[in-house]
Amino acid sequence: MDLDVVELSRLQFAMTAMYHFLFVPLTLGLSILVAIMETVYVMTSRPIWRQMTKFWGTLFGINFVLGVATGITMEFQFGMNWSYYSHYVGDIFGAPLAVEGLMAFFLEATFVGLFFFGWDKLSRRGHLTVTWLVALGSNFSALWILIANGWMQNPVGSVFNPMSMRMEMTSFYDVVFNEVAQAKFVHTVSAGYVTAAVFVLGVSAWYLLKNRHVELARRSIAVAASFGLASALSVVVLGDESGYSVTHSQKMKLAAIEAMWETEPAPAAFTAFGFPDQEARETHYAIHIPYAMGLIGTRSLTHEIPGIKELVEDAETRIRSGLIAYEALMQIRSEREAAPEAVKARFEDHGADLGFALLLKRYVDDPLQATDEEISLAANDTVPTVWPLFWAFRIMVALGFGFIAVMAYFFYVASFRNMTFPRPALMLAVIMIPAPWIAAELGWFVAEFGRQPWTVDGVLPTALSVSHLSITQVALTLAGFVALYSTLFLIEMGLMIKYIRKGPYLDMPISGNRPDAPTSEPTPGRTSGLQPAE
Amino acid sequence: MILHELIDFETLRVIWWLLLGVLLIGFALTDGFDMGVGALLPFVAKTDLERRVAINTIGPVWEGNQVWFILGGGAIFAAWPPLYAVSFSGFYLAMFLILAALILRPVGFKYRSKRDSARWRQGWDWALFVGGAVPALVFGVAVGNVLQGVPFRLTEDLMPLYEGSFFGLLNPFALLTGLTSLAMLVMHGGAWLSLKADGAVAARARIYGSYGAAGSIAGFVLAGLWLAIGLDGYALAGPNVTDGPSNPLLSEVMHGGSWLAAYADRPWIAIAPVLGLAGAALTYLGLKAGREVSTLLASKLAIFGMISTVGLTMFPFILPSTIDPRSSLTVWDSSSSHLTLFVMLVATVIFMPLILAYTAWVYKVLWGKVTEDSVKNNEETVY
Repeated sequence: MDLDVVELSRLQFAMTAMYHFLFVPLTLGLSILVAIMETVYVMTSRPIWRQMTKFWGTLFGINFVLGVATGITMEFQFGMNWSYYSHYVGDIFGAPLAVEGLMAFFLEATFVGLFFFGWDKLSRRGHLTVTWLVALGSNFSALWILIANGWMQNPVGSVFNPMSMRMEMTSFYDVVFNEVAQAKFVHTVSAGYVTAAVFVLGVSAWYLLKNRHVELARRSIAVAASFGLASALSVVVLGDESGYSVTHSQKMKLAAIEAMWETEPAPAAFTAFGFPDQEARETHYAIHIPYAMGLIGTRSLTHEIPGIKELVEDAETRIRSGLIAYEALMQIRSEREAAPEAVKARFEDHGADLGFALLLKRYVDDPLQATDEEISLAANDTVPTVWPLFWAFRIMVALGFGFIAVMAYFFYVASFRNMTFPRPALMLAVIMIPAPWIAAELGWFVAEFGRQPWTVDGVLPTALSVSHLSITQVALTLAGFVALYSTLFLIEMGLMIKYIRKGPYLDMPISGNRPDAPTSEPTPGRTSGLQPAE
Repeated sequence: MILHELIDFETLRVIWWLLLGVLLIGFALTDGFDMGVGALLPFVAKTDLERRVAINTIGPVWEGNQVWFILGGGAIFAAWPPLYAVSFSGFYLAMFLILAALILRPVGFKYRSKRDSARWRQGWDWALFVGGAVPALVFGVAVGNVLQGVPFRLTEDLMPLYEGSFFGLLNPFALLTGLTSLAMLVMHGGAWLSLKADGAVAARARIYGSYGAAGSIAGFVLAGLWLAIGLDGYALAGPNVTDGPSNPLLSEVMHGGSWLAAYADRPWIAIAPVLGLAGAALTYLGLKAGREVSTLLASKLAIFGMISTVGLTMFPFILPSTIDPRSSLTVWDSSSSHLTLFVMLVATVIFMPLILAYTAWVYKVLWGKVTEDSVKNNEETVY
């Protein structure tokens, strides 16, 4: 097995997925914020809300298109770079991806065109319905993608079929209602809502600092702060739910995030700070908060959480059990239906550990020839590199609490202090714009890097999942994606900034009482300091 | 769950083979005119305003159209995992070309008119041309290679190993099918523009569209003759198990004979090439006569007939292997499991009618021509 192709393929997947996820969270949240603004417009008939809908809708569009464009890569690169993965788990993993297309992406993409082009062609209620369908579609999209990803973390509802040499689905219900998938879905969409709220808040704060588009900015802040506060609270609470579900599905990931080397007596302490040392298997300068880990992870004072050392021993046991399954599988593979019942029964008993035997393929072509030393090396491989997980997780959580604080403050001032925001607070809101993206990318990093060395936890090792490609091929496409994506990123940022500077445009008199006035003479809103009187 | 046994495995496999066709044809019918318009852009639209007219005929619908491509990928993954694994990793660099082109295209639609600079707009016009012409060509090249068979083998663990090269894909027969596919989508784009645009753009689109129609007829006939005399087909050798486990290595395949033997076994399938040719001929005549709605329908008929021809000729083969015929993927040995096919069918039966209904509604709302005036008067909302 060529590790260089594996590493390059991983790098390409990480790069394209994280790049895609620069656009997704803003789409998730902004679609809903825009729909809320348009709802207020339809209910009150105040043109300022229509202007807000169109302005934030324009920024939504600039972002949306790159989400769509980079999503194309996501749908196809499993087959391109991860062909053994695609064969091995396509029977289960492909289904949610296809349902995502059928149920969600079609909805979102078909109506988004009408959102931009349908203002004059639809009634107000008709257009509002279209906007909500776009928001609904993007959120459903996230649901099915996270069901697919949740299965990689916690592969339920499936079994290995020796006749077709792959995992096959046994229960679609279990795959859809996988607790990990559900916890991830609510956590991820909340993160998207926070991203959009911070974005709207930051851009509006910038307008207030410049004393431009004040009416639009103040109303936008009111919407963003209340929506953002609720979302920031839920992203933290639901993130905790996500952590709770990891406790029983991915013990190694949890132990690595917490740098918990030893199994501690319940309830375990939480390591708030420290420097994890993989070699020595200990954490230097650790600051512990007693009981906290046990409470978060198990919601009890009596359940133990296993540490890394114990989990490595478990892995070694499972590798040896997996080898029994592997030997039986080889016999079933060559004799097919004629294989003795005893061999089939042995595979049934040990089949759940087959994936652990496949970890040995990194060291030997035939796992049955592995030495004790190689088995212990493979068991050690089940520990992901601890320090990046430890830190990424802590920064993400700290940012999460930061969002709650900032949103609560702006909500308070907007509701009870007559919107008189001090300048430093506005500046903070502008500076904070990139923060939710950092938190979201770190979140994905923790989820995916923490699953290593597996693509599907306990089932299929990453090193075995890749396509049979040459280094040159993968290096070429990696370079191609980097060049293409970097260019598009610069272009997108340039357009975002241009349209934010330009501000909203007027397609009707803001002060009049004619919400459905003709739109034939649009007035470009280039003039700064545009402050419509209400 | 016993429910899925209501429909037997063999029937489900045939249904999913049909649905694979439906998705590919759906993609060619909708995204096909986007690609055609992209490929035609430099030829039918000379001024900036004309280009904006052409672009805005697809501006509101390209996002939905593109989903046919995404869903096609997702459905192949879900229903035909070995096909997804073998073809996309085998055609690796060609797939990258398609992805890069298809990424540039949506961005081009959306961003082109967001700045006034002439260089900026010219750059995006190129991106739109590449984003239309390259995939149209490469999809056809892929079809040509599938008909010839692809140099891959499966290990005993069913790991696909591909032994061809990127330039090996560009052989004469595949280039012919590639050009045929490009001509077909140029015809479709021409028929679309003649309906949705007006003035000089529509007039030029009728001319180039008719070239496309003539070219696709010529290419299709030539490819057929080539199949008759110059290209070996594949056939199942040995017992035909239609409801066994999805493991291509369990069946025997023979390379030789002619693909066209299918027309002796199942004479009714001749209707597909007949519809394809008739549709293209009607499109040619319609474009010359300046008919609009009926011409677009004729163009759709042509695409339907031509793509169906490939599928029906090859049945039950999906992806034959040149170097190890036993590894060839067929309808009977490369599907998902019985349960997954059933679940996916239920999802399709629920959502596909909904998709068709709301897509039709959106096209109805957007009915009418895009004109130079309509672009000028909606400066802030159009592309």
